[in-house]
Amino acid sequence: MKGAFKSLSAAMVKGFLRDKATLFFSFVFPLMFLVIFGLLFRDAGAEKIKIGAVGDGPVIAALEQTGAVEVQRFGSVDEGVAKVRDGDLPGLVEATGDKVLLRFAASDQAQAGTVRGLVAGVTQQLNVTASGQPPKYEFDAEQVEDASLKPIQFLTPGILSWGIAITAVFGASLTLVNWRRKQVLRRLRLAPVSPTTILTSRILVTIGVALTQALIFVGVALLPVFGLTLSGTWWLAIPVFLCGVLAFFTIGMLVGALCKTEEAATGAANIVVLPMSFLSGTFFPIDLAPPWLQAASKALPLRHMNDGITDFLVRGKGPEALLVPCGVLIAFTLVVGFVAAKVFTWEDN
Amino acid sequence: MTETGAGDAIVVGDIRKSYGDLHAVDGVSFAVGHGEFFGILGPNGAGKTTTLEIIEGLREPDSGSVRLLGHNPFPRDTALLPRIGVQLQASAFFDKLTAREQLETFAALYGVGAERARETLELVGLADKADTREDKLSGGQRQRLSIACALVHDPDIVFLDEPTAALDPQARRNLWDVLRAIRARGKTIVYTTHYLDEAEILCDRVAIMDQGRILAMDTPAALVRGLDAPTRIILERGSLPAEAAAALPGADEVTEDEQSLTISSRTPAPLLAALAERGTLDGLQVRTATLEDVFLQLTGREYRA
Repeated sequence: MKGAFKSLSAAMVKGFLRDKATLFFSFVFPLMFLVIFGLLFRDAGAEKIKIGAVGDGPVIAALEQTGAVEVQRFGSVDEGVAKVRDGDLPGLVEATGDKVLLRFAASDQAQAGTVRGLVAGVTQQLNVTASGQPPKYEFDAEQVEDASLKPIQFLTPGILSWGIAITAVFGASLTLVNWRRKQVLRRLRLAPVSPTTILTSRILVTIGVALTQALIFVGVALLPVFGLTLSGTWWLAIPVFLCGVLAFFTIGMLVGALCKTEEAATGAANIVVLPMSFLSGTFFPIDLAPPWLQAASKALPLRHMNDGITDFLVRGKGPEALLVPCGVLIAFTLVVGFVAAKVFTWEDN
Repeated sequence: MTETGAGDAIVVGDIRKSYGDLHAVDGVSFAVGHGEFFGILGPNGAGKTTTLEIIEGLREPDSGSVRLLGHNPFPRDTALLPRIGVQLQASAFFDKLTAREQLETFAALYGVGAERARETLELVGLADKADTREDKLSGGQRQRLSIACALVHDPDIVFLDEPTAALDPQARRNLWDVLRAIRARGKTIVYTTHYLDEAEILCDRVAIMDQGRILAMDTPAALVRGLDAPTRIILERGSLPAEAAAALPGADEVTEDEQSLTISSRTPAPLLAALAERGTLDGLQVRTATLEDVFLQLTGREYRA
């Protein structure tokens, strides 16, 4: 029985590795999304304000040192004002001797306020220093870690969960349909091999493929270009990941049990996974969606896999946070698995 | 060998299977002895495959009994399965594996080593295609690989469902050699075909099936003999006038068409001697009855595969 298990697993792995289309959709396709979204959103929220400058002096030098603005120099005031008027720059600082003049565009109130505050702050700071007196009021800034994540931090668990979900659903359903249609299932039924052996070897291969996907995927996301940072409890994401793989494997088995042809199975698998990926925060945080959609997405396994992996991979939550995602995913596996076993047939007639 | 008894490899007793109004198998009984090459013949839809599937234990008959090596094949009996080998109509192969890998995978399912897989590949004449992927093999090679997958665990009984269907004549003949080699190893073979000529050449005994029933069952020679059909001697048209042919000794009936003159005879020996005497043996053909004639007589209709 051990030989049968090994040889069946080996046959499936070879079939998988030799199918270029499957390899592409399992490894390259999700990575493409990571690369595209990762690079697209890399600088989101971190873009610096540009400000024009004419002349020279300590104020302009100090502005450059703040690191909060990018200073663009102009030869003449007219040239700079023209840029402000066109809306290309929020403001222009003109420094002549001891006089600092800020001209700003009023169209964007928030940006105008920022620019005014910044230039005024820098100028007053220099005034205090020049007076030689210690400042009366002390000012200090301290950073607070907020719950909103940098794009790569939510993109990685999202696209990873989605990539694993499609591979597991497609892999399981297409193998089942193909084996039934080509009478491999019938041939296996005529061999002294138990259905459990066939099923467990398929599960093992699915988990192996998913682990490989995850390693490559997280490895790429950790590259400096993308800059994923793992939390201290990242390894707690593994149980969530395994429960997720099992949940999507059983969904694949159900699709494979219901469909007679590979084409039908491909269509059905897409219908299951594609809407789920949009409703589960794969490509954008689900917090941005309307409340009713957020509530509805709680019914989807991909949402829980995604949330669970995010909680440990990047948010660093403790083991108590395993309960909900693993519980939901296991319940999903059991219910869907039970239905799949009920509708499963060895032959199509 | 044809007697029904405890020593038979397969005993089928009055099995029936219906799908709605269609009686796919409608009371079939036969026995196959150890080492026998038994053919189930008939046109498509005659019930051959369903009969085979019931014997293999893939389907439960509505009624009737099957004993396969003394055991009931249904429900699935994993102790019995290693003793039978089944080649299915569709080639049941794993995707993207080479011929050798397919065989090794099936061998492992039965706990049989890779060495045996190599031997089986040789037996079916595919040793030089061992590293070719299944989808790159020709139709005949695929069919031989499919048979190899049924043989790799050295079963006592081999079931072959239409192994020569859709093959070109050369591939068919190559496959006959494989079937003969299997038989020489002492295996019991049950095979279905719609090629009556092929069954006549290969089988020890055949059952002719039509519409779910066995119409006749015996050795091919006995079935043809039982027809008591005349021998037909065919000559080129114009080599002999029809009246002269009718006057020859032993000539029962003379017919003519555009190409040939056919003389039917129940005593062909004096007729052939007389033709030889006249020197009209050029292009002469002698045709005795075939299983197709048996089918025609049994069903009253021309055989169409």
